[in-house]
Amino acid sequence: MALPNEYEAVIGLEIHVQLQTRTKMFCGCALSFGDEPNVHTCPVCLAHPGTLPTVNEQAVRFGLQIALALECEIAPRSIFHRKNYFYPDNPKGYQISQYDIPLGTAGRLGDVRIHRVHLEEDAAKMIHVGQSGRIHGSAHSLVDFNRGGTPLVEIVTEPDLTSPEEAREWAQLLRTTVKQLGVSDVNMEEGSLRVDANVSVRPAGAAELGTKTELKNMNSFRFLERGIAAELERQAAVLDAAEEVVQETFHFDPRSGSLTPLRSKEYAHDYRYFPEPDLVPLAPTEDMLDEARSALPELPARRRERYASELDLPDDTAKQLAFDAELADFFERALETADGAEPRTIAIWVTGELVARLREAGDGEVDPSSSKVTPQALASLAGMVEAKQVTTGAARQVLATLVAEGGDPAVIVEREGLAQMSDSGELEAIVAEAIEAEPAAAEKVRGGNPKAVGPIVGAVMRKTKGRADGGEVTRLIREKLDAG
Amino acid sequence: MNDVLELTVGQALERIGAGELSSDEYFDVYAEAAAGDELGAYLWRAGQGSPNGGSDTPLRGVPIAVKDIFCTEGIETTAGSRILEGYRPPYTATAVRRLKEAGARVLGKTNMDEFAMGSSNENSGYGPVRNPWDPERVPGGSSGGSAAAVAARMAPWAIGTDTGGSIRQPASLCGVVGMKPTYGAISRYGMIAFASSLDQCGPLTRDVTDAAILLRAMEGRDPCDSTSVGIDGGIQLPSRTDLKGLRFGVPRELSADAEGVEPGVMQVFDRTLDLIKDLGAEVDECELPHSRHGIAAYYVLAPAEASANLARYDGVRYGRRAGRSEEPETALVSMYERTRAKGFGAEVKRRIMLGTYALSSGYYEAYYGRAQRVRTKIAQDFATAFERYDYLVTPTSPTVAFEIGARAENPLAMYMSDYCTVPMPIAGIPAISIPAGLAQPDGGGPDLPVGLQITSPAFTESGLLDAAFAIEGAIGFDASPGAS
Amino acid sequence: MIDRDQVLHVARLARLELTEEELERMAGELSTILDHVEQMNELDLDGVEPTSHVVELENVLRADEPRPSWPRERMLEAAPDPDEGAFRVPSPQA
Repeated sequence: MALPNEYEAVIGLEIHVQLQTRTKMFCGCALSFGDEPNVHTCPVCLAHPGTLPTVNEQAVRFGLQIALALECEIAPRSIFHRKNYFYPDNPKGYQISQYDIPLGTAGRLGDVRIHRVHLEEDAAKMIHVGQSGRIHGSAHSLVDFNRGGTPLVEIVTEPDLTSPEEAREWAQLLRTTVKQLGVSDVNMEEGSLRVDANVSVRPAGAAELGTKTELKNMNSFRFLERGIAAELERQAAVLDAAEEVVQETFHFDPRSGSLTPLRSKEYAHDYRYFPEPDLVPLAPTEDMLDEARSALPELPARRRERYASELDLPDDTAKQLAFDAELADFFERALETADGAEPRTIAIWVTGELVARLREAGDGEVDPSSSKVTPQALASLAGMVEAKQVTTGAARQVLATLVAEGGDPAVIVEREGLAQMSDSGELEAIVAEAIEAEPAAAEKVRGGNPKAVGPIVGAVMRKTKGRADGGEVTRLIREKLDAG
Repeated sequence: MNDVLELTVGQALERIGAGELSSDEYFDVYAEAAAGDELGAYLWRAGQGSPNGGSDTPLRGVPIAVKDIFCTEGIETTAGSRILEGYRPPYTATAVRRLKEAGARVLGKTNMDEFAMGSSNENSGYGPVRNPWDPERVPGGSSGGSAAAVAARMAPWAIGTDTGGSIRQPASLCGVVGMKPTYGAISRYGMIAFASSLDQCGPLTRDVTDAAILLRAMEGRDPCDSTSVGIDGGIQLPSRTDLKGLRFGVPRELSADAEGVEPGVMQVFDRTLDLIKDLGAEVDECELPHSRHGIAAYYVLAPAEASANLARYDGVRYGRRAGRSEEPETALVSMYERTRAKGFGAEVKRRIMLGTYALSSGYYEAYYGRAQRVRTKIAQDFATAFERYDYLVTPTSPTVAFEIGARAENPLAMYMSDYCTVPMPIAGIPAISIPAGLAQPDGGGPDLPVGLQITSPAFTESGLLDAAFAIEGAIGFDASPGAS
Repeated sequence: MIDRDQVLHVARLARLELTEEELERMAGELSTILDHVEQMNELDLDGVEPTSHVVELENVLRADEPRPSWPRERMLEAAPDPDEGAFRVPSPQA
């Protein structure tokens, strides 16, 4: 799947975030999803003659928060523009958006520069009715305007990404960042976060950019990575055949997992942007900026630093937690309930053990809060390991049970008899038995080969059903063999 | 009862208030007059017996004619176009709502040039309107129906809209008072949009005092219209009897040097300037150098905005839908194309084409960008002139009413009717036209009204009405059309 | 000057079906109007800011408080082709 060495990938992302305001961007209809079609409409969002837009104050606030979180320069005075095109989901025949003077520019998140951040309205929803529910071959389409007018923030990056993996990771970081702001659901499957990619290929080390193609409709991080990888491969093959890449748009089909070119239209788009005369400029005041800044929570980069320096987490772990909204949230809640357990231990149990378990059990993205394991349970388990009430091995078993059924780790340990063996007399007796049962191994150990202790340890562990601490067992065996 | 038809609304309000005149009788007299409409002025009439809002309201149940560009809930509203035939708005325009709240009653919806595009009311999808002074001549446009109704005593007063002169020019051609307030004085919500940055609602009345009363009832900020501000300090009813201490400028470009000014019009104008001097004002020639380019700038800006404003007329959500092609490939596009081709008249199509072209890729800077800069210059010219002068005066229209069909084949000649009126909306400033006298058309014909246009800085409506009142008194225009 | 082919292109952008006769006639009419419009080219407009808004307002914002939407039946009353609570149109096919 990797691009051949003689080429390098140039990738930029275009992200649309649906804002979690109470009303639409330009009218007072409630924002609500999953209801009967067209129950949240009015003359404005249906573009009746004579109607006019009015700007949602909260959308501006949220837009500013996103722009500030992405370290953008905020335009002292930005305006709305009309983007003109005909489509049934676009009732005015133009979308109100922003063009050459957007809300924010020249920002940065991680290693990727942000080109611009701007506000606009979402299109309505079209349901295609016909043979397969897809556009081609359908008899007619039904338009539901409930979604039409939902506030959107559009974020466009510079083409700073260099691989499909990097693109996926960065997109996840962006998602985490926006999620922490509390301004959007950012759910890719539901469409409150949409990520399109602009992809081109050029000879490694070349300065000029190749022709870019646009990829749309990748509605999960996995599909994003896959789609980009597939397109890079395709473009490399085109160049290999000494042909030219044509500028076009591809639509990702999740069922086939491949990209289909959107038919080139006879009626090409010419958006004919001009300033929106029905709306006045946005000139964020000092108060508005202060308010937006103070509403910013701890963002991923800062959080990563804090985890590493204040909580003493290993760097990898700090990054993994900080850059994943769901993991960080779970971790923070576990920290709150923990009495005694070290943050480091809890962190490692979240990122090391829990994530692995959930990945096995589930499919795709991991969200501990939707599993049966409560943050309290995890913190409690970590505490028990630290206090040597349970061995690591036994704890893993407990975790498996928690994932499958939920519950309280202490109760599970009790029920399944997994408590770490703390009675050294009992353990000593078992160790002595095991030594007797493995005379050959015992001989080797006495003869100076400490590694031969394996089978004896194994016998003890089996007998104790993992309740003994491995280190302790080894120590006891050696003690006895030295002594005897 | 015929002298009731001669009362100004100001006089009628006094009499109704004093119990000398019944509000219902007043309404019914006009309903009857409107029923006898042979000029094509009305598209819809309320008929007699309209329920009375209340005679202890400010406007005491008086009837008012409303240009069919204002949405009136449940009452067919067409904007003079077949594409909205049968359309009943689900809401009422703010300007009309305020009038109703003040106690006025809608007498009827008046005919107009389609989507306010025209200067003769020959572009209506429902037949032309005729001038009450001579039914073979145009009443002017686009508020031709409103102007004719007031002049012909089929309405005591009316509201219309003015984008490039569409209230003032028909007022001039029909011998009534017509005013365009400052942009932003009256809400545009519910006023079917032609050119958003130019359109304004305004009164057409028998005298200046009535215009003030009507303006006062409608002006004010509206949360549904982000560009509305109202008039600071409100409207004082006019009372001035002289013009001592005031300075009037006469822009050469819009008077003596104006394109196609008829000698008869100039005579009346010059005579009126003498009257203004007699009232004690200083009258000087002045310059508005860029006003020569008003028509050029206007016929880029207005059609450009209109091309976007009329994109919503697509047969999807309301209005007429025409047939479409059989092939599924082209069904949707053909539905749009045919609906619009059948629904729109020739002038509307022309302006949509002009506007689309001026915004299209490669042409934006040359046309739209340029026109926006000329707009800045025109506004600056006025600002400079107003440093020295309190008011500027021009003839409202270069000619008296021309014959029906005389300019139909020559769009540019038709556009030139607005030569003196377009600069004011371009600058956003208020302007009023009052009847100044009668003159014969170039080449001979009946005596027809000539209007005097007065303009002043933004939001100085009270002063403007005051000056107009004084001049109106001095002129003493008392002619009325023979045909009524 | 604007020729028939340019007029056709613009007509497509504007979703207007024009007959051959209309295309030819429009080319002539629009050319005449554009000739007049091009008069503006005489002016030196270097350094002149374009005016996009006549009224000097900024930050006119609406509080994020929902108000009732219109009842669906009312909004569908005017629809040329309502179906199952939605607005029906031919499919885009593109």
